[in-house]
Amino acid sequence: MVAEATGHMMKIFRIVLPPALTLVVVVAAWQLLIFVFSIPPYILPGPLVVAAAISKHLDSLLHAAALTAQAAIAGFVLSLLVGFTTAVMFSQSEWIERSLYPYAIFLQTVPIVAVAPLIVLWIGHGLTGVIAVSFIISLFPIVANTTAGLTSVTPPLRDLFALHDASRWQLLWKLQVPHAVPAMLTGARISCGLSVIGAIVGEFFTGYGTQDFGLGYWITQTNVHVKTPYLFACVLFSTGLGLLFFGVVSVLNRLVLRRWAAAH
Amino acid sequence: MEPKAATTIVARDVDMTFDGGVEALAHVNVAIDAGSFVSIVGPSGCGKSTFLRLVSGLIQASSGSIEVDGAEPSEARRLRRHLSYVLQDATLLDWRPVATNVALPLELRGTAQSEVDQRVEACLQLVGLQDMAHLYPHQLSGGMRMRVSIARALVTEPGLLLMDEPFGALDEISRQRLNHDLLALWCQRQWTCIFVTHSVQEAVFLSQQVMVMTPRPGQIRAVHDVDFPYPRSRSLRTDPAFGRLVARVSEDLVSEDLQS
Repeated sequence: MVAEATGHMMKIFRIVLPPALTLVVVVAAWQLLIFVFSIPPYILPGPLVVAAAISKHLDSLLHAAALTAQAAIAGFVLSLLVGFTTAVMFSQSEWIERSLYPYAIFLQTVPIVAVAPLIVLWIGHGLTGVIAVSFIISLFPIVANTTAGLTSVTPPLRDLFALHDASRWQLLWKLQVPHAVPAMLTGARISCGLSVIGAIVGEFFTGYGTQDFGLGYWITQTNVHVKTPYLFACVLFSTGLGLLFFGVVSVLNRLVLRRWAAAH
Repeated sequence: MEPKAATTIVARDVDMTFDGGVEALAHVNVAIDAGSFVSIVGPSGCGKSTFLRLVSGLIQASSGSIEVDGAEPSEARRLRRHLSYVLQDATLLDWRPVATNVALPLELRGTAQSEVDQRVEACLQLVGLQDMAHLYPHQLSGGMRMRVSIARALVTEPGLLLMDEPFGALDEISRQRLNHDLLALWCQRQWTCIFVTHSVQEAVFLSQQVMVMTPRPGQIRAVHDVDFPYPRSRSLRTDPAFGRLVARVSEDLVSEDLQS
């Protein structure tokens, strides 16, 4: 038991130690660089200055991160629902897929930063506008991956269902949808990171009222006012939020995919 | 639940040409009695699988007629629900454990859950997987996966079992074991069985009749009756008469290939 536990610890050590060391080295080099070349904090703040900015603004950073997370989660969930429904429609009719898929790609190709102010203008300022931007940027990976999953059922399995005269509905729910789950989760993993980016981009152009602002708002404000250490803190929090999202979806992914182990 | 009566199959002058112009079958005439075990051997791509697909009603013949219990195949399939089909690939659903994989055909036709459970358990017992009900397909060996596939085929108490090289991907030991178990099941239930294989040995060991097909477009070149009594034991494989019959069938199988 003890040996096993030690072995487990060793394994974690081997996984965690190298990147942790890299981090320490990079942070140290960063601080050294500031010190040696005496770079002013408004150009490049050192890690200590950033840490100070974080602790000074911790409350407003956490509040902003919570607001951004809220919009991103809503955008992500909405993209899952709409994306899944769209993919099911595509899988049911080649005609629908052919007519609409090019526009789904078009939607994906439009630079979101360029259209975000328009979306905010049309959908409205505040939470709905931000959710809309987050939703639009997260949608395509869900649609594309789910459609691919739903339509990639092998002919022998289709034959199996045909031989038992399965209805369209049965084919969809008992074969196509479960078959598409791994692909769907791949799409979700891509989209959850995008949903955070979308929320932040949305917040560039709108706040949530006179008191409540998300990370995106603070990124633009601190940039304009050259509060670079605070800007760094915002960027770190945004990245942390993205990682948190990705981590949660990845864990769900692993739990669900245990059953689908053969396919992976 | 009484087993359904076994199925009779009559094919008259069946041609099958696919959309691309590939002629898969030409002038196939076959009569298969209810409850008989018939094997089809032939070179790769000769249309053996096409014939099974025609009998199952998944595809329709270009010309000629196929009657399954006197009806058009897809109609017979829908009305009598008597047919099961086993492929070389076990075609299991990866996300379902063994028990619900076996239950699938009953689930699709809306059978009551209590009856489903009972029949699934009985079928798992038949194929010797009663202790594996909760395992997922990826936890099983190739032979066990095929057993699950057979259990799923038997769960509907079929009158007709179509088998398309079911043991083709298995190692020789699993293959022989499954041959024996399949025959034992057939002796109990006596469904009509059409068994497609590349192996002449396997065909002769299992069947009452072996049909030899020509290369594409497939035609029935010869039909060999196999008179060894059932139940057939392992020792049959080393019987000289068995060897002679295998040799005769093999000769039919390769004769044209050698000429061309």
